[in-house]
Amino acid sequence: MTFSPALEQRFEKMLKAYPEGKTRSAVVPMLIYAQDETGAVTEELILEVAKRCGVTRLQVDEVVGYYSMLHRKPQGKYHVQICTNISCMLVGGTELYEHCSKKLGIGHKETTPDGLFSLEEVECMGACSWAPTTTINYDYYNHVTPESLDKLLEDLRKANQ
Amino acid sequence: MAGIGTLYNPPNPAETRILTWRFGKPNSWKIDTYLADGGYQTIMKALQMTQEQIIEEVKVSMLRGRGGAGFPTGLKWSFVPRSSPKPKYIVCNGDESEPGTCKDRLLIEFDPHQLIEGLMIAGHAMGSQHAYVYIRGEYRFLIEHLNGAIDEAYAAGVLGENIRGTGFTFHVHTHSGAGAYECGEETALLDSLEGKRGVPRMKPPFPAVAGAWACPTLLNNVETFSAIVPIIRDGGAKFLSYGVPKSGGTRLLCVSGHVHNPGVYEVPLGMDTMTFINGIAGGVKGGKLKALVPGGSSCPILTAEECQNLPMDYDSVAKIGSMMGSGGMVVMNEHTDMVAVALRIIKFYQHESCGWCIPCREGTTWLKKSLQRYADGGGSEADIDIINELAKNMLGRTFCALGDAAAMPTISLVTKFRSEFIEYLKKPRAAHHHHKHELVGIH
Repeated sequence: MTFSPALEQRFEKMLKAYPEGKTRSAVVPMLIYAQDETGAVTEELILEVAKRCGVTRLQVDEVVGYYSMLHRKPQGKYHVQICTNISCMLVGGTELYEHCSKKLGIGHKETTPDGLFSLEEVECMGACSWAPTTTINYDYYNHVTPESLDKLLEDLRKANQ
Repeated sequence: MAGIGTLYNPPNPAETRILTWRFGKPNSWKIDTYLADGGYQTIMKALQMTQEQIIEEVKVSMLRGRGGAGFPTGLKWSFVPRSSPKPKYIVCNGDESEPGTCKDRLLIEFDPHQLIEGLMIAGHAMGSQHAYVYIRGEYRFLIEHLNGAIDEAYAAGVLGENIRGTGFTFHVHTHSGAGAYECGEETALLDSLEGKRGVPRMKPPFPAVAGAWACPTLLNNVETFSAIVPIIRDGGAKFLSYGVPKSGGTRLLCVSGHVHNPGVYEVPLGMDTMTFINGIAGGVKGGKLKALVPGGSSCPILTAEECQNLPMDYDSVAKIGSMMGSGGMVVMNEHTDMVAVALRIIKFYQHESCGWCIPCREGTTWLKKSLQRYADGGGSEADIDIINELAKNMLGRTFCALGDAAAMPTISLVTKFRSEFIEYLKKPRAAHHHHKHELVGIH
């Protein structure tokens, strides 16, 4: 399995960052970067990461089930995450999530039939003072309202027509 | 989308900006502006000092851990066995996952070189050559941003081998998390750094003695390491003088919820709580103050009465039974539904419990079920006591603080707002509209 040249370069550097013989440390960062290119943590990817880090297949598999950002199924092209934790909840985060769910016609960890959007209700993402917060892929959006979210989704949809 | 370098909220003239003084300056995150502002001169000063002198200066400052526990930093530094033949490691906790907290990201975004310099000073003081900055996976943009700053520092010769001919060698690496609140707990973070599931370790041995890869490790929060620069630059006594005797310096407070000016502000420790809320935070929005989470959602909640004449420092907040925690202040107005608050808080901890310790794994699950039923209108007054007792039974019975973090706010909510919980039962069942959270933990 090979990745893009930029990612290969990142992995090469990553494996050297830890003390000698401690390449197991690279398992989680390698998985999270690699899944951006593979679309999900596949069996092939698990075996590849195990090989590169010099660990067993199981040592990779067990972390996939633990970390919430690692996913075995592909997400939509745009993965929309909406926080409903306490700070967001107080200023409309829950309503924002419900609005988005209705708008896209999908629930938690579901993907639209065209594969464009997936939705996830998430825990605190660390943007509490600028709540409610939404992220799309890795981009943060602060002070989000149902109206601003509609526009955001519409723009993304248009960009893909 | 928020872009790098744009302030998230305007600074307030009433702040005391010691760590954040460069925030908002053009290109504050670039090395040339940092050098122009006297950057990387403090490490040169530190290299002229002995390890003991540096540790002593940190002790004098009365800097206390800015991650949550508030442990005296200088004391923690003195626990690392510097004479050990093993390599020593510096680990910086940038996991920032406590609900209500969003400050470390700003220190990395607006002044990453201050953090790097703080890590270097710690490296010299501990006899360490490597620092690992663990950043939560959601902050991908920050990992790239800090990587950029690290690259700049290598290119400018302030990181690497034999820095500026001083004989001091130091390397900084970033490490991405992948979504797990538990990894903010220091021993779980170390397991995660080693490529494992983030579950807490038995203590002792403490990380100071056997931390990363079983070697002596100094682990502090991003804000704590950032504070090292002003402490060594201007002296520990100067830093101490900004705060109060047992809580030195300033703190970044992240205020959210029902206030007119939510944001992150740097204030002296010991500032009056209501002065902060009514002043810098712009006052309570939508009604009178009802409750305050003083430092992240794991802290026991405070009533409006308890917030009166309350200095915001570690000991004063501890004295009334809560914590300064991570600096995440969540303000709630009089219309806030405390049953909904209790339910949302416990849902978070249930979702994030790593499942390692049974009192936490089972306790958070049953608390969630009980509170969900209560919120849906199916509860009784006896449930309030059951919830309280169950939560109390979790306290102190787990490897790490997550069990306590779930129990403490729950206990405070059902005790301090008991009358509201009872009133809640009288409402017609149809009035209870609660979003069915779809987050599923291990159950």
